[in-house]
Amino acid sequence: MSLIAAPILRERGQREVFCGLTSIVWLHRKMPDAFFLVVGSRTCAHLLQSAAGVMIFAEPRFGTCILEEGDLAGLKDANEELDREVARLLARRPDIRQLFLVGSCPSEVIKLDLAKAAERLDGSNPDVRVLNYSGSGIETTFTEGEDACLAAMVPGLERTERRQLLVAGALPDAVEDEMRRLLGGLGIEPVVLPGGRAGAHPAVGPGTAFALAQPFLAETHDALVRRGARHLPAPFPFGEEGTTLWLRAVAEAFGVDEALFDAVTAAPRARARRAVAQAAEALRGRRVFLFPDSQLEIPLGRFLVRECGMEAVEIASPYVHRGIHGPDLDLIPEGPVLAEGQDVDAQLARARGARADLTVCGLGLANPLEAEGLTTKWAIELVFSPVHFYEQAGDLAGLFSRPLRRRAALRGLHPNVRLEAAE
Amino acid sequence: MKLAMWTYEGPPHVGAMRVATGMRGLHYVLHAPQGDTYADLLFTMIERRGERPPVTYTTFQAQDLGADTATLFKDAARVAYERHRPEAMIVGASCTAELIQDDPGGLAAALDLPVPVIPLELPSYQRKENFGADETFYRIVRALAAPCERTAQASCNLLGPTGLGFRHRDDAEEICALLEGLGIAVNVVAPMGASPSDVARLPAAHFNVLMYPETAEAAARYLEKEHGQPFTRTVPIGVDATRGFLAEVAGITGLALQADESRLRLPWWSASVDSTYLTGKRVFVFGDATHAMAAARVARDEMGFEVCGLGCYNREYARPLRALAGEMGVEALVTDDHLEVEAAIEAAAPELILGTQMERHVGKRLGVATAVISAPVHVQDFPARHSPLMGHEGANVLFDTLVHPLVMGLEDHLLHMFRGDFEFSDEAGPSHHGATSTVPERPGDLRAAPPAQPGAEAAAAGGSTRLEVVWLPDAEDELRKIPFFVRGKARRNTEGFAQERGIARIDRETLYEAKAHFAR
Repeated sequence: MSLIAAPILRERGQREVFCGLTSIVWLHRKMPDAFFLVVGSRTCAHLLQSAAGVMIFAEPRFGTCILEEGDLAGLKDANEELDREVARLLARRPDIRQLFLVGSCPSEVIKLDLAKAAERLDGSNPDVRVLNYSGSGIETTFTEGEDACLAAMVPGLERTERRQLLVAGALPDAVEDEMRRLLGGLGIEPVVLPGGRAGAHPAVGPGTAFALAQPFLAETHDALVRRGARHLPAPFPFGEEGTTLWLRAVAEAFGVDEALFDAVTAAPRARARRAVAQAAEALRGRRVFLFPDSQLEIPLGRFLVRECGMEAVEIASPYVHRGIHGPDLDLIPEGPVLAEGQDVDAQLARARGARADLTVCGLGLANPLEAEGLTTKWAIELVFSPVHFYEQAGDLAGLFSRPLRRRAALRGLHPNVRLEAAE
Repeated sequence: MKLAMWTYEGPPHVGAMRVATGMRGLHYVLHAPQGDTYADLLFTMIERRGERPPVTYTTFQAQDLGADTATLFKDAARVAYERHRPEAMIVGASCTAELIQDDPGGLAAALDLPVPVIPLELPSYQRKENFGADETFYRIVRALAAPCERTAQASCNLLGPTGLGFRHRDDAEEICALLEGLGIAVNVVAPMGASPSDVARLPAAHFNVLMYPETAEAAARYLEKEHGQPFTRTVPIGVDATRGFLAEVAGITGLALQADESRLRLPWWSASVDSTYLTGKRVFVFGDATHAMAAARVARDEMGFEVCGLGCYNREYARPLRALAGEMGVEALVTDDHLEVEAAIEAAAPELILGTQMERHVGKRLGVATAVISAPVHVQDFPARHSPLMGHEGANVLFDTLVHPLVMGLEDHLLHMFRGDFEFSDEAGPSHHGATSTVPERPGDLRAAPPAQPGAEAAAAGGSTRLEVVWLPDAEDELRKIPFFVRGKARRNTEGFAQERGIARIDRETLYEAKAHFAR
């Protein structure tokens, strides 16, 4: 039996997660002529600044239109204000070709119609494509911001009848290049969403088959299906096994023969297996507990269990989407608790009770759990670092083994270890 | 609406979190949407706290809005009380919850919890982080401080240190030691380290030390009015200020205070000949008003710098800052727009910037030495070592902090003496340790933005009186002999000098004239 048949522990309560605005931090790197303009409060600006770290200083292509007292009084005014700030922004940054008006909790609660604003601004700026999506905490969790962004782009993509592969999900450049090389070897030239600069985004239509490179793209999935595209369900390309199964799903859909598939994948598969074996030495037989954060938890849990020899205690995800996460769930043997949503204090009690060897969690929980003697891996790094496909498989295992190696290295000095010895 | 890419201050509920996280035995229930928990990591990562901030968020989502967010709040508050059993709670709304208009105070009161529950009104769309901290602490003091007998011995409270405060941990320790060394007992330090029951006995002290007006002035004023406790006005950052502070304490207590200054090193370090080269170095100061004013005074009066710019981002203290700027002969810059600050720094062309994390990056971009003297700061400014800004050790720390980023005097001197040597040529690059030069090929390097056709732009600009100047080859050769890291400044100075005098062609003579003009 696999985890696909297991009951899901659905929890509601306090959630210790980022909102969708955070995804701007990596999305803007993939679209070099795009600007992400959040319409929100000082809290939104403060969040972006805290999440972006030092990136804020290199002429950033994101910012926040901070709502002030006056904007809350009358809505008509807010639209004029927004138009003025957008005009100022575009005058200052004439290189911008795509502008995303990003909704936030405050803008949604006061029902500021950013969709209409985007339409109006799109019409009045011939050189700039203006789109709108919501990154608010009330609607989106962390990586779902990327989903909302891509889903907002899909209706505007050009139509094509061409038979093609579309890969959805922003990947680091080096990873995207590797994916293109692998698929190219199979004779497939993929188009990717997001495509980068304005005008470079893919076309879509009934001849399009699409694969998701990221597990958090449910809305994008639905939007692509609405445009007639067909989804190729597959496990996500983490580790040797995940990458191979992901490529195989594509290969089968495009009628690539088995011999060619083996010829193209044999060398990088062997390399990935070696790298993972080496990096995962510290992980074998250890227990892992994953808090919900990015929806990467299920495929990563699968990688840790099957390729790194770990035992999962709990795998929690902000959302579990059977159509998307099913192939990964199917590969995880029954055992771990599968949780959706969060009640952070209840979950912390479970994590403390389990005392897993490695706890994967957000930055708000990591140091407090370390201070309690647990070893943690902070999850946000898994979203920022190149971790997909063969060549990154060893690095991915390394991200999980490093905290354990560090803990071993600091034995005798680490306050937690001394704490345990005293017990 | 106002476009912002960087904010010096967070929203006011983050200020309330700083008070709650600084204290013990207090819990904050915050009505806020999913995602606002991001603020936790300011405390767990930047300040490296080993426990979660004592904050329960309701983290409502879209599906809750149609239903009953008020019930959600009540449930969260009840569960938070049962789980944490605090001595007191504070309750309030973040910016989004402010819009949905549940009333956290009223809702919590209806729960009838067996501990004081203090409601906070923090207007998110008008005010900011420091206000949030100040107001929260004031509300807590107002609700909890109880009339009590004064201690037999002269004693005081230290007011203002919070979670995520720039050097608050070490400042509090330093001032405690300073006062206790003089026989003045410290009754309570608050909010940092204090529990609600500690706050209740604040009025037992004879007076209050207001360490940071930004976070505790309202509470200090309340305690003065309601409990007859005077509070100190001088913030003891720097030698003069520390002496002034102690004089003020002596005045309040009627005690003759003779501080032991045997470990105060700034005065001699600054007087020693090694520091002569610091004289008149132009310094631009920006930060929160308290730190900016203190740093400007230290820079001018204790380091011998010239203050060429002074500003703050918190409007609440604009008035005293303007007065000090006036006294220093510079225009005060009161703004929370970092682009304005950057422009002002560029215009002032300082040799040293004292500022926040943001100004550190401006300095990096402009190639100007920088030291951080105020929040907002990043993780490296929550150091493991003891590094106060206040008191005697604080003065020592400030001396080092302000001097380290500058090229040392002797080095400066040698670089001028041996500027013709091969080690100091462009090709050698900035380091002698194997670095290779990144300076472009000789002929082009001085003409990054050459005036292609002298006078053409000026003519095109119409009424503009700005003159286009050209560098003649002999002047370029001479300029090239100047070490590369000060060459840009020499170039700008010379061009400015030529502009002022209407000299269109810069030759070697002009360069020397300009050098003579700017010499000091």
